[in-house]
Amino acid sequence: MQKKTFQLIVDNTSGVLSRIAGLFSRRGYNIESITAGVTADPRFTRITIVTSGDDEILDQIEKQVAKLIDVRDIRELVPEESVYRELALIKVKAGAAERPSIIAVANVFRANIIDVGAENLIIELTGSQSKIDAFLRLLDGYEILELARTGVAGLCRGVDKVVYIAE
Amino acid sequence: MNGAQAMVKCLEMEGVKTVFGYPGVAICPFYDSILDSEIRTVLIRTEQNAAHAASGMARVTGQVGVCAVTSGPGATNLITGIATAFADSIPLVCITGQVNSELIGSDVFQEADITGAAESFVKYSYLVKNAEDIPRIFKEAFYIANTGRRGPVLIDVPIDVQNAPVKKFRYPEGDVVLRTYKPTVKGHAVQIKKVMAELEKAKRPVICAGGGVLLSGAEGMLREFSHKYQVPVVTTMMGIGAMQTEDELYFGMVGNNGAPCANRAMNDADMVIMVGARVADRAVNQPEIITRDKVLVHMDVDPAEIGKNAGPTIPLVGDARHIFEHMMQIEIECDHGLWLQTLYEYSQTMKETRRTRPEYIDPSEFIRRLSDRMERDAVYVADVGQNQIWSCRSCIVRDGKFLTSGGMGTMGYSIPAAMGAKLACPDRQVVAACGDGSFQMSMMELATMRQHDIPVKIIVIANGYLGMVREFQKNTYGGRYSVVELSGSPDLSKLAEAYGIRFIRVSERKEMDAAIDAFLRDDDAVLMECVIDPMDTVK
Repeated sequence: MQKKTFQLIVDNTSGVLSRIAGLFSRRGYNIESITAGVTADPRFTRITIVTSGDDEILDQIEKQVAKLIDVRDIRELVPEESVYRELALIKVKAGAAERPSIIAVANVFRANIIDVGAENLIIELTGSQSKIDAFLRLLDGYEILELARTGVAGLCRGVDKVVYIAE
Repeated sequence: MNGAQAMVKCLEMEGVKTVFGYPGVAICPFYDSILDSEIRTVLIRTEQNAAHAASGMARVTGQVGVCAVTSGPGATNLITGIATAFADSIPLVCITGQVNSELIGSDVFQEADITGAAESFVKYSYLVKNAEDIPRIFKEAFYIANTGRRGPVLIDVPIDVQNAPVKKFRYPEGDVVLRTYKPTVKGHAVQIKKVMAELEKAKRPVICAGGGVLLSGAEGMLREFSHKYQVPVVTTMMGIGAMQTEDELYFGMVGNNGAPCANRAMNDADMVIMVGARVADRAVNQPEIITRDKVLVHMDVDPAEIGKNAGPTIPLVGDARHIFEHMMQIEIECDHGLWLQTLYEYSQTMKETRRTRPEYIDPSEFIRRLSDRMERDAVYVADVGQNQIWSCRSCIVRDGKFLTSGGMGTMGYSIPAAMGAKLACPDRQVVAACGDGSFQMSMMELATMRQHDIPVKIIVIANGYLGMVREFQKNTYGGRYSVVELSGSPDLSKLAEAYGIRFIRVSERKEMDAAIDAFLRDDDAVLMECVIDPMDTVK
């Protein structure tokens, strides 16, 4: 089993997300995370999928997704040649006593405190999945009330592998 | 012009001659408009069979088959037909009526989310939201259905869209350009050279032809190629008819139920060329056998099929006809005389081990004799069950077609598919062969045959059992037969009489030839019951 991140450029039609999600579920492929958002060209949506499987499965995923009529392009975001980011919002229970130490940890990770209540904080953290995982481990001693993670978005570096959408 | 008239106009522009279907309120605007068209409408007796009939038509013409049904249950009944076409890559455009756009999602009468429900069985689907989009959508749908790997496309049209005005009808001309869909047709030249280089080296090559050969219209090319380079050919179930049965280079169907010598050829080969075949479980039980110690070439128009079940040495994406054409331009020296000699010995010595009781008609022998007397270009449609296996092994195909539901194994396919084939080719003999189980899944279509004067010849191979399941239960559950006995079946002579169809029954070997002659004599509909040993098996 290995992990792979794919970026897809798809036609911005209604139902395209359900077609892709449906393909993964009916063929039994894993989705660890999926994110979608419009590209610079509003006709297209960029989808980033983190998935896992053995070589044959990953090969099939790429081919089966490519086969969907709405899919313009699918390619792997190779870790060494790409940047990935995920956003997490973490609501932590924090009275006056815990607050300074949580803020200190947050500062080390360059996280932002975006909301402060009498009994809680909301922390915003952007980074790779492993950075977010590490941060969450450090919050182990505190009570996390709610956690929202966006899943990974990514781009490859440089100008060589840009998918031009010219018509 | 309104949306419904635009839909009919689109079908005319695509050259559609026949629409199979079943009306209901939500598709009524369409069925009203089609009255003003030359397009023939056929009222099928259940929606599933509309898709099968369209499939039969598509498979003999190479053109897209069309069916149109209403919303809700009409649409959901169609799903098995769509799934059957999808599994065998048959090009269809399936039109469903839908409830008023504004009511979608509110669970009104006869509402079903058919684009959602059919999603995993269609190549693509459309829910039409604007009548002005109808010409573009239809043009795209026909293009998608009949290019690349063929398949069914669903168009769901709400009734208000059918009734909405279309200000200016303009059918898109020329090739369809879709931003995201560009099937590969031509094979990669470097890969093709590699294949020919390997073929030159190979001592024991074999071609395994699948349904893709027929879908691309590459039968002629395959036959020419195989003779030019003296390469023996076997087929999958879907590939039957790609070679003439009596061709000296043809060695039969592979797979669990295939010919022993065909499987032996695959096992002993040092080079296997799979063309338009999926390497699915029924044809190739153990994919490692065709990859181990062999050069495996896998040609398919669908890149996702290559490597799905077996990792090929040389993958080759493209349309079979183009690839064969290209390959034949490359001259190589090869002599496979010894290998062919070995295969002839196999085909002489490796016979079926199935035992039959002499007092009964042997269905295999019956099918062989029947198909031998059929016209050269006849269409034979096999249903699903034991009858399918006997047909696959024994039907002699020459210039005609052999159709069956290979991927999905949908019982009841043969009669509606035969009707579609007959309507497409009224001058050709069309025979549907089913068991007494599969016959009862489609026997309501005898009325359609009568109403629309479609003279299909039907054989019911009757054993009073769901024989294929019974055989499985015999082998797997030690003969504990569960829910496989077909008592209560109607007297077929009376049924035929009730529908006004000529009837023949044959139960003894000595009557066989006379019965077959009577069956094939005139170009009229006949129902022939062939009574066999209730305990007969395929193995």
